[in-house]
Order: sequence, then structure tokens, then C-alpha cells
Amino acid sequence: MIKLTINKKPYQVEVDPDTPLLWVLRDALGLVGTKYGCGVAQCGACVVHLNGEAVRSCVTKVSRAAGQKVVTIEGLAAKADHPVQKAWLELDVAQCGYCQSGQIMAAAVLLKENKNPTDADIDAAMAGNICRCGTYLRIREAIHLAAEMQRKGSNG
Amino acid sequence: MKQHPEYGTRTSALMKIITTLSVFIFLVTAVTTVYSGDYVISKSTETRLTDSVPVPLKAERDSVASVQAFSKVYKVLMSPRCMNCHPAGDVPLQGDDSHLHTMLPQRGVDGKGVYSMKCGNCHQPENTPGLNTPPGNPEWHLPPARMKMIFQGRTPHQLAKQLVNRKQNGDKSLEKLLEHADDTLVLAGWHPGEGRTLPPMSHAEFKKAWTTWIVKGAYAPNP
Ligand code: FES
Ligand code: FES
Repeated sequence: MIKLTINKKPYQVEVDPDTPLLWVLRDALGLVGTKYGCGVAQCGACVVHLNGEAVRSCVTKVSRAAGQKVVTIEGLAAKADHPVQKAWLELDVAQCGYCQSGQIMAAAVLLKENKNPTDADIDAAMAGNICRCGTYLRIREAIHLAAEMQRKGSNG
Repeated sequence: MKQHPEYGTRTSALMKIITTLSVFIFLVTAVTTVYSGDYVISKSTETRLTDSVPVPLKAERDSVASVQAFSKVYKVLMSPRCMNCHPAGDVPLQGDDSHLHTMLPQRGVDGKGVYSMKCGNCHQPENTPGLNTPPGNPEWHLPPARMKMIFQGRTPHQLAKQLVNRKQNGDKSLEKLLEHADDTLVLAGWHPGEGRTLPPMSHAEFKKAWTTWIVKGAYAPNP
């Protein structure tokens, strides 16, 4: 039995400790906002926050998350109104949407650590998140907008 | 046989001259060795070490053996398993051809990456199973920005000097350098995960060469 805290809620799961966290989130707990893209830490679709870091849940064993704080896209903001989410909506960033929960979770860590990122900071932070639809330019624009919203205190 | 008294006096005078001469020759040799350009241990380090630990014993110094051992050390340190995390730039290298790490992760101030691209986000405390998946270690990181400890592009001469320079080696004494052969990230080079070649010799052989290089005087090969 492994104890997890996900989006501030306690869970207990009966899984092999080597199971990837992504499998537990999606298959055992039904939190399917986090996506499976590659399974080998190459694409970023599966990013969740583990103690505030943007870890790739497809290669993170559930044992690493035991007793730690996990946040998924479902829990990023209570009303789905994190500045990043609001900026994403405002600029219609998503195309097919598949990569977007990973993009948003990665961008949220960037904005937590850098309130006013430059294009270079955004590139450095987001280079590991692939978008098959090529929404990169909108992502960059939305991160600037989210930073502005965050600075103005409009975090919902 | 009875010795002529005068013969005995002459012998002892001769002995005195020989002794004085050999002391003189010894001093000249010692001073030349310490100050020759390729001797890379600073005098103060050497004194401190001989005070605290029995290496390198002055008697053990042997520039030929030291330099020979370093040629093995160099082969290992320049192999992808070591050099890939000691890049000349701020992006780690990947693969047996040491290309820039895909996704261009950045070194960051502490060597552990930046923002949502921290090493530990993908590199787990252990190797991830499967071919060419992220290798792992609890300490996975690059050298920090203030001391990059670059291997890529270094000649044997440059690398040897850099390795013993406390301003460039993470402030490691020779004693600490000796211990470093068993550092967890050094050992990780021999446990690289599926699909990666090993360094060109066993860890035991590397450690022997590393130790010999240091104990015999940590000499740098000629430029
Ligand atoms: S699914 Fe985890 S990085 Fe692609
Ligand atoms: S929006 Fe389709 S993959 Fe990114």
C-alpha cells in the first residue's frame, strides 16, 4: 500500500512501487488530465509537480512520490484559473490539446521561479515540451501574458 | 690486515667530501623538481598532505610512472560517460558521439538545471529501465556555474593541471581527489543504463591509474 497526496487529497494505492506515477494517476486514480506521450521522458506530456518540481511522471516511480506532494493539472488551481490557464484560454493556445497539460504544468514552474521571464528564459524552461501541433509561438506569448497577470495580482 | 694509520685518515676525509657532495646534489635535484614547470602540486598542498596522510610520500614520486598512469586516466575522463557531464558549454552532452543533449537543458547556477528543466525531473535516483532511457543517480548534476570543471576539449596537460588546482577542482585536496575515484557519480559512469558504452577500462583499473597518478606526484604530461 502506497500513500500519496495528490492535489491536497490523500490516496492509498495498491500497486507495485516501481509503477510509473503516470500509470497510477491515469489508471488507478482516473486523473486523466495528465497525458502519455512517449513514456521515456522525451516529450513532456506527462509533467506533474512533485514538491513543486516539474517531473515527468512517465519515468517517475510511484515510490518516489510516496509521502510527497503531487499536483496534477486537475489541482493546479481550484477553479482552473491559474494565470497560466487564464492566459492559455485568452490566447486560444491549444490546438489538439494533447500536449497542453504538460505545457501548462511546466510553464507554472517557470513563473513560480521567474516572475518576468524573457524569451530566452521561456526557451530554457519549455524546450523539453514538444507540441505536435506547433503551438510554440502562442505558448510563448501566453507565458508573457500569464506573467503580466501574475504581476498584477490577477491570479483568480 | 692491519691498516696504515695515514690511509685511514685519508679515507675518512674522502668520505666527508663525498657526503657533502651528495647532499649538495640532492638539494639541487629537489629544488629543480619542485620548481620545474610540469610539477603540478603546489608546495603548500604537498606539505599539508604529507603532514596528514601518508600520500604522496616524497619517496614515491616518479614522474614517468605518474604521467604513464595519467594517460589511462585521461582516456577514461574523456570518454562520453565522463565528459558528457563536463561540457565546455552550459548544455550537457549525450550519447557516444557526445552531441548536445536534446531539449538543450541548461546547467543553471548549481548545475542542477533551470525552472521546469531540472536534471532530476527526468533523471531519477536510479537508471530508468529500457534502451536509451534516462540514466539516473541521486546526485545527478553538472558542475556548478562558478566552477565548470570542463573536460571537453582539454589536452592531457591542461586536464591534469586543472584536476589538481583547488581553484578549479571544487577545492579538493589530493586526499579528497583520491577518494573521488569512488564518488557516486564517478561510479555511475560504469553503470550507465542500457544502450550506452562503458568507459574504456574497468573501474578497478581506472582507480588504480588514478591513484598511481596522484601518489606518484600528480605530474602533468608535457604540453
Ligand atoms: S510521456 Fe513522459 S515525457 Fe513523454
Ligand atoms: S496542441 Fe496538439 S500537441 Fe500540442
